Amino acid sequence: MAAVEDVPETRHGEAGGDDGYPMDCDELVHSLYHYLDGELNDERRRQIQEHLDLCGPCADVAEFEAELRVVIAERCRDRVPESLVERVAAAIDEERRSHHGGA
Amino acid sequence: MADQARFTDLAMEYMPALYSAALRMTRNRADAEDLVQETYLKAYRAFGSFTEGTNLKAWLYRILTNTFINSYRAAKRRPEVTDVEDVEDLYLYRRLAGTDGRSRSAEDEALDGFTDDEVKAALESLPEDFRIAVLLADVEGFSYKEIAEITEVPIGTVMSRIHRGRRALQKALHEFAESRGLVGSASRRSGD
Repeated sequence: MAAVEDVPETRHGEAGGDDGYPMDCDELVHSLYHYLDGELNDERRRQIQEHLDLCGPCADVAEFEAELRVVIAERCRDRVPESLVERVAAAIDEERRSHHGGA
Repeated sequence: MADQARFTDLAMEYMPALYSAALRMTRNRADAEDLVQETYLKAYRAFGSFTEGTNLKAWLYRILTNTFINSYRAAKRRPEVTDVEDVEDLYLYRRLAGTDGRSRSAEDEALDGFTDDEVKAALESLPEDFRIAVLLADVEGFSYKEIAEITEVPIGTVMSRIHRGRRALQKALHEFAESRGLVGSASRRSGD
């Protein structure tokens, strides 16, 4: 399955490191979300990983954004009321019975 | 073609996640419960059209999101804010971290300090389209493509909503951090 193409060229008209020039930090920030979302093709991903391996400040940013993502996911959990589980199960049972017709 | 007898075994495990999403969408516990029940009933009825082995979670979320948009959002009469202001990249990072000499622990401390209520409120403060995109991406971990299928909008729109929504979320989170006194220290602000 093809990965979603990353930052569209039309947005800022940048070459995006594909022409062999090393990626700069602005570019990295620009592509960071796509990278963290796993939405880049392999080559692009490799370029960003390379930059992160070499650039402490950008690695720090990437780590922060990744951690923020984890915090958001963890904090947005809710306990399902048992009454809702029962309600839904009962509603499905009712639906099943009313359509079963003796089968 | 999936067998309805299998529905409960397969689908019920997603209720906590669907319930959380419903809460973020409706911002109201009673409506969230109704939305979840309606979603499960619709899913049960339509289960014959689901191909077992394909992405059940995304399929359920699509029903949830469509039901929310068609039944709950449509019921509102007051005009809805539909856009977010443009917020810079790394909004939160730039304000929590200093420039040189910052400590990693200051950022960690700020992140750890966010409570459930704060994060939920921050997410719920976003306009619905952005809120849904961010919750599908960041809370549920769906891909852009899956989110495009769930919300039935083009993938470019999905990307835009996620990226802008996240920045708006960071701004909302920053306000909570500020009220806790974690930001505003002169030594930490970049550019000082």
